[in-house]
Amino acid sequence: MERLRLRATGRFFRYCSNRSLFDRRLNTNSENSIHNSTSGYAHGFGKNCRDFHFFSDNNKWNVQTCFGFLRYQGETFRDSTEKGLLEKTRRFQYRGFGSLAAKVQRNPSFSTLNSDDISYFKEILGEKGVIEDEEWLATANTDWMHKYKGSSKLLLQPRSTEEVSQILKYCNSRCLAVVPQGGNTGLVGGSVPVFDEVIVNMSLMNNIISFDKVSGILVCEGGCILENLITFLDNQGFIMPLDLGAKGSCQIGGNVSTNAGGLRLVRYGSLHGNVLGLEVVLADGNVIDMLGTLRKDNTGYDLKHLFIGIEGSLGIVTKVSILTPPKLFSVNVAFLACSDYFSCQKLLMEAKRKLGEILSAFEFLDSKSLDLVLNHLDGVRNPLPPTMHKFYILIETTGSDETYDRQKLEGFLLHAMEAGLISDGALAQDINQASSFWRIREGIPEALMKAGAVYKYDLSLPVEKMYDLVEEMRTRLSDSANVVGYGHLGDGNLHLNISTAQYDDGILTQIEPFVYEWTSKHRGSISAEHGLGLMKANEIFYSKPTATVSLMASIKKMLDPKGMLNPYKVLPHSSSS
Amino acid sequence: MKIMVAIKRVVDYAVKIRVKSDKARPIEHKPSSGVETQNVKMSMNPFCEIALEEALRIKEAGMASEVVAVTMGLKQCVDTLRTGLAMGADRGIHVETSGPLYPLSVAKLLRALVEVEKPGLLILGKQAIDDDCNQTGQMVAGLLNWPQGTFASKVVLDKEKQVVTVDREVDGGLETLCLDLPAVITTDLRLNQPRYATLPNIMKAKSKAIKKFTPEDLNVEIKSDIEEVQVTEPPKRKAGVILSSVDELIDKLKNEARVI
Repeated sequence: MERLRLRATGRFFRYCSNRSLFDRRLNTNSENSIHNSTSGYAHGFGKNCRDFHFFSDNNKWNVQTCFGFLRYQGETFRDSTEKGLLEKTRRFQYRGFGSLAAKVQRNPSFSTLNSDDISYFKEILGEKGVIEDEEWLATANTDWMHKYKGSSKLLLQPRSTEEVSQILKYCNSRCLAVVPQGGNTGLVGGSVPVFDEVIVNMSLMNNIISFDKVSGILVCEGGCILENLITFLDNQGFIMPLDLGAKGSCQIGGNVSTNAGGLRLVRYGSLHGNVLGLEVVLADGNVIDMLGTLRKDNTGYDLKHLFIGIEGSLGIVTKVSILTPPKLFSVNVAFLACSDYFSCQKLLMEAKRKLGEILSAFEFLDSKSLDLVLNHLDGVRNPLPPTMHKFYILIETTGSDETYDRQKLEGFLLHAMEAGLISDGALAQDINQASSFWRIREGIPEALMKAGAVYKYDLSLPVEKMYDLVEEMRTRLSDSANVVGYGHLGDGNLHLNISTAQYDDGILTQIEPFVYEWTSKHRGSISAEHGLGLMKANEIFYSKPTATVSLMASIKKMLDPKGMLNPYKVLPHSSSS
Repeated sequence: MKIMVAIKRVVDYAVKIRVKSDKARPIEHKPSSGVETQNVKMSMNPFCEIALEEALRIKEAGMASEVVAVTMGLKQCVDTLRTGLAMGADRGIHVETSGPLYPLSVAKLLRALVEVEKPGLLILGKQAIDDDCNQTGQMVAGLLNWPQGTFASKVVLDKEKQVVTVDREVDGGLETLCLDLPAVITTDLRLNQPRYATLPNIMKAKSKAIKKFTPEDLNVEIKSDIEEVQVTEPPKRKAGVILSSVDELIDKLKNEARVI
C-alpha cells in the first residue's frame, strides 16, 4: 500500500510547485511536530525516513506517543528499514499488564538450546539464516503493542518448505519449542515467544509462485507481505479478498494461520471461503500438500480448514493458494451520521437490501472514537461539522459501473435520510476524500495508542446487542476510563476499546472477566478476528463448550504430541499439561 | 455581485495514469489525450475545487449574490458540475464539446460566457492536473482585458471599494496585489480546504439548473494551433546498486555520474 500510494501520488506532486497538495490539505505545518510526521496523511501518504529521525531525536516524548507511533509505523511498514526505530523504542517498553503471561510456567519438558543445535541449524540454513543478533531478537521477541515479551535466543529464517521441514523435524526430536512468526502484527501475543522458544521467521519465503488470470487464483509462499500481494495483483487487475490495517507488515501465512478478517469480509467472506489450498509443515517436519487450486474438491476431509485460524499451533503454513476477486474500478465511500444505535442497525439492513451486490464495507464508530481521532491525529477533520453525532457509519460500495453505482448509492442515502435513519452525511467526490473518510475509521487504533493505555477486546456479538456492552462498560467504569466502540458492524464484530491514562490492575479487574462473561451470556465470541493467542488462551471456554475444547486438545495431541509448536497459546494451559 | 467559477473534469489524481496502448489510433478521434480514461475514476480538478470553495466562502460572507459553475467538454462533465452544485454552487453551465479543448479555446468560451453572465469575479484553478497548462486564467484575463491575480493564496474582497486584494506565492515570499473589479483570480493550493459534498446539499443540487451551450451558440470556433505528436510513459527508474566500498562510490561518481 505504501509504495502503491506513493506511486499514485507521485504524479500529483508535480503540480504542487514546491510543496505538495498533501502537505496543504492534510498536514498544515508538518515541520515541527511528531504528530504531523506520523499521522497527517490519508492512508499514510508520503511518510518517509525523516519521521524516524524525528522520533529517535526526541526521546523526551512520552511513552504513549512512542507506543502510538511505533504501532502506526508497524502497521504500515515494519520491514528492515524500520528495525533501527524499533530498537530505539525498546527502552520504553513493558508496563505490567496484569495479564496471563505472568501466570504461565515454562513447560519443563522442553529442552534448552545448546551450541550443537546452533551448528546444526547453520548446517541446514547457512550462516545467514541463523540469527543470534541481540537487537534483532529483541524486536522479534516483542509484539507490536509491546504487551508481550519473550526471551528467545534464536531466530531462524528458512527459505523453503524443505528447510522449514528440517527445522521442525530437528526441533521435534530435540523437544525444542518453536514459535512461528510472520509479520508479528498480532494483537493477542500469539506471534512472539513466551519463554525461550525458537522463532521461525517466514519473511524469506516471499515468492509468488503462480497467478492464473482467468480464474484469479494466486499461489504464493507464506511469507509474502499482504501489501506486496495487493500491489502485485493490482497490476494484474485483481485484489486480495482481505485487507487490513497491518497490510504493510503482515504476511499471508500469518493471515491464514489467524484467519484474519479485516475490512472486506462483509463482501468477500472469510478466508475459509477464499483459501483454496495450503501447504503446511507439521510439528514432526512432515509436509502436508493440500495446495489445491480448485474451487470444488470433495475428496475426503477438507483438511486445509483445520489449519485456517490455528495460530501456528498445529503446523506452519508455507504455501497458500487463494482465490482473488477482480478489481472493480467504481468505488464510492460515504460517511454518515446516525443519532442512535437502532438507526445504525436499520441502516445496515437497508444497505444489504438496497445496495445489495455493490456493498463492500459497512463500518461504524461512536462519537468518542471520532473525538479521539480528531484530537490525536493531525490532518483529520470532522467530515460533518459543526455538531457531533452519536454514531458514524462508513459505507463503501464497489462495483463495475460508475454511473449506476453512484445513482444507486445516492438513491439509497437520500431515501435513508428522508426516513430519518441518518441525520447527516457526506459522499466522497474523489479518491482523496474517500481516503480521508477511511483514515478516520482506520486511524482509531492509532489515536487510541496516542491517548494512553488501551485495553482491546475484539468481540463477535449479535448486532442488536453489540452496543449495549459498550454502554454497560461505560456505566461500570464511569469516569475512570474512556470507553469507545467501533468495528465491522456488517460482520457483527465490535472492537471494544477502553482507554485510560495508564495501565491499572484495578481497571483490568473491572473489565475482565466481565466482558467475557457478558459476551458469553449473549452467545458471542471473545475473539472475532484477532485470535486467542496467549492473551485469551484460558478464556476459550467463554466461547466454546468443554467437549469442543477437548476435541481441539486431542487434535493438538495427535499432530503435535510434544506440544512444541507455539506452546502456551490458543488452547487452555490445563489441556497441555 | 455574481462569481463565475470554471471547473474541469480530470482523471482523479490518486489514479495511476496509463498511456493508451493503441498508439495507432487516429488522432482526430481521440477524446482528449493519449492516456487511458476508460474505466478510470474521474474527479474535479483539485485546483478547481479550491476555486469553487473560495467563491462559496465569499458568497457566504455576504459579498456575492450568486456562484455560477462552468464546465466544458464531453457530456459526462455534467457529473463534475453536479459535484460543484453539491458543494454549493447555485447553478451550472455546461458547454458541450466533443473534441480536445486547449487553453485558448477555453479562454474564448469563458470570455463569451462572461459576456452573457456578467460576473464581477472569475475564479479558476491555477492549472488542471491533466495537461498542466497553467494558461487559461491568464489568457481569459488578457482577452477580457481584466486585471489578474494568479496563484492566489489569500483573497480579500472589498465590496465598498470594488477591489480585491490577492496574495500570490512567488519565489522567496508573497506578493500582494490589489485588483479593480471585475477581475480574474487563479487559485493555488494553500488558499483554502474545500468542503465535502453533504447529503442535504447533494439533494438540493438535484434541482439546481444546468444550462447547456455549444461553442456555436457562443460564436467560438474550436480549433487548435497545437498538434499532439506523441504521448509516452516516462522512462522507468532503473534499480539501484549496492556498492561495497567508498572507493567504488567515488569511482562511480567520477566516471559514471561524472559529478565530481
